[in-house]
Amino acid sequence: MVEFALPKNSKISGGKTWPKPAGATEVREFRVYRWNPDDGKNPSVDTYYVDTNDCGPMVLDGLIWIKNHIDPSLTFRRSCREGVCGSCAMNIDGQNTLACTRSMHDVKDGAVKINPLPHQPVVKDLVPDLTNFYAQYASVEPWLKTSSPTPQKEWKQSHEDREKLDGLYECILCACCSTSCPSYWWNSERYLGPAALLQANRWVSDSRDEATGERLDNLEDPFRLYRCHTIMNCAKACPKGLNPAEAIAELKLKMVERQI
Amino acid sequence: MSAADTPKRSMRTPLGRVRNLGAAHSGTSDFWRQRITGVALTLLMIPGLVIIMMLLGRNQVYAAQTLSSIPVAVILLLFILASAWHMKIGMQVVIEDYVHNEKLKLTAVMLNNFFSFAVALASTYAILKLASGV
Repeated sequence: MVEFALPKNSKISGGKTWPKPAGATEVREFRVYRWNPDDGKNPSVDTYYVDTNDCGPMVLDGLIWIKNHIDPSLTFRRSCREGVCGSCAMNIDGQNTLACTRSMHDVKDGAVKINPLPHQPVVKDLVPDLTNFYAQYASVEPWLKTSSPTPQKEWKQSHEDREKLDGLYECILCACCSTSCPSYWWNSERYLGPAALLQANRWVSDSRDEATGERLDNLEDPFRLYRCHTIMNCAKACPKGLNPAEAIAELKLKMVERQI
Repeated sequence: MSAADTPKRSMRTPLGRVRNLGAAHSGTSDFWRQRITGVALTLLMIPGLVIIMMLLGRNQVYAAQTLSSIPVAVILLLFILASAWHMKIGMQVVIEDYVHNEKLKLTAVMLNNFFSFAVALASTYAILKLASGV
């Protein structure tokens, strides 16, 4: 059956409150999920105080400040710090988003609460194990598939056809959408999730691709595609402003179109 | 849940696990039927309710007389068929979402089919019996 409570070893207990930085005039409280695979303890939530006069305005700046000045053991992924790589996806103040593009000021009064992306196995602290998520992306075979002889130059596409990829190609695979979807929480082994399906639609919608039918065949499944119940959490969570729910609806429409 | 505690660790590759038994190549017909019955129920709801309200508190003779009208009987029959079909598909979706034990899931889906079919048949029989005045 579906799990409505966390397993025993995932229940959050206690946590350390780190001292406020000496001499800081303005501080912001951060409550951060901690879990270490090596100490055998349950997860906890540690409280830190960030000197906001000494760091940038984004939540990621705060985390980096904590790691540099308070607790070097705090573990999280980050790379580009400008919303392009998708590495620093995490749950901030109850919303999946990128730490690098979410301002501390956008988090309403009180502490900035940070958890790893929901319902994924945790590697350490804020780092989720996205192996299944990436495998699902690989399963939609996200590359151009053609049977016609390869042209001398490039595969051509009209401006109108190229525009059909807008709203799809911008996905950075941060997993904010998939891990915000209750349907994905309950059935992530079989449901491909909003991110992989948006990418699937990106290739199904590509005028240069010649495997559209095979792609739809591979998606036509009560679990792979039809677990989407248009909950729309994906569209709300997407830090790039994309709408995976709409992409999934387009896929369903194509499925009906080819039958009727 | 920690990565080390993930249940059912196996040597199978992640892509192999995702592909698993392959696509069922079905689901679209149920999806489409759910939309058809949904639209049908939206259209049938008001006339259906009006008929039911007309019958409230009346005796069997009055009910039989009302249902002997072909449009009334047809509306009620369509209402029953669309409801039962919609109910069957909707409940199956809920079962597939939340019940993960394969045996329990298959049993629940089977019982759901039996129940929906029985409700549809019993209601149809009742309407036809009243409409024909037997």
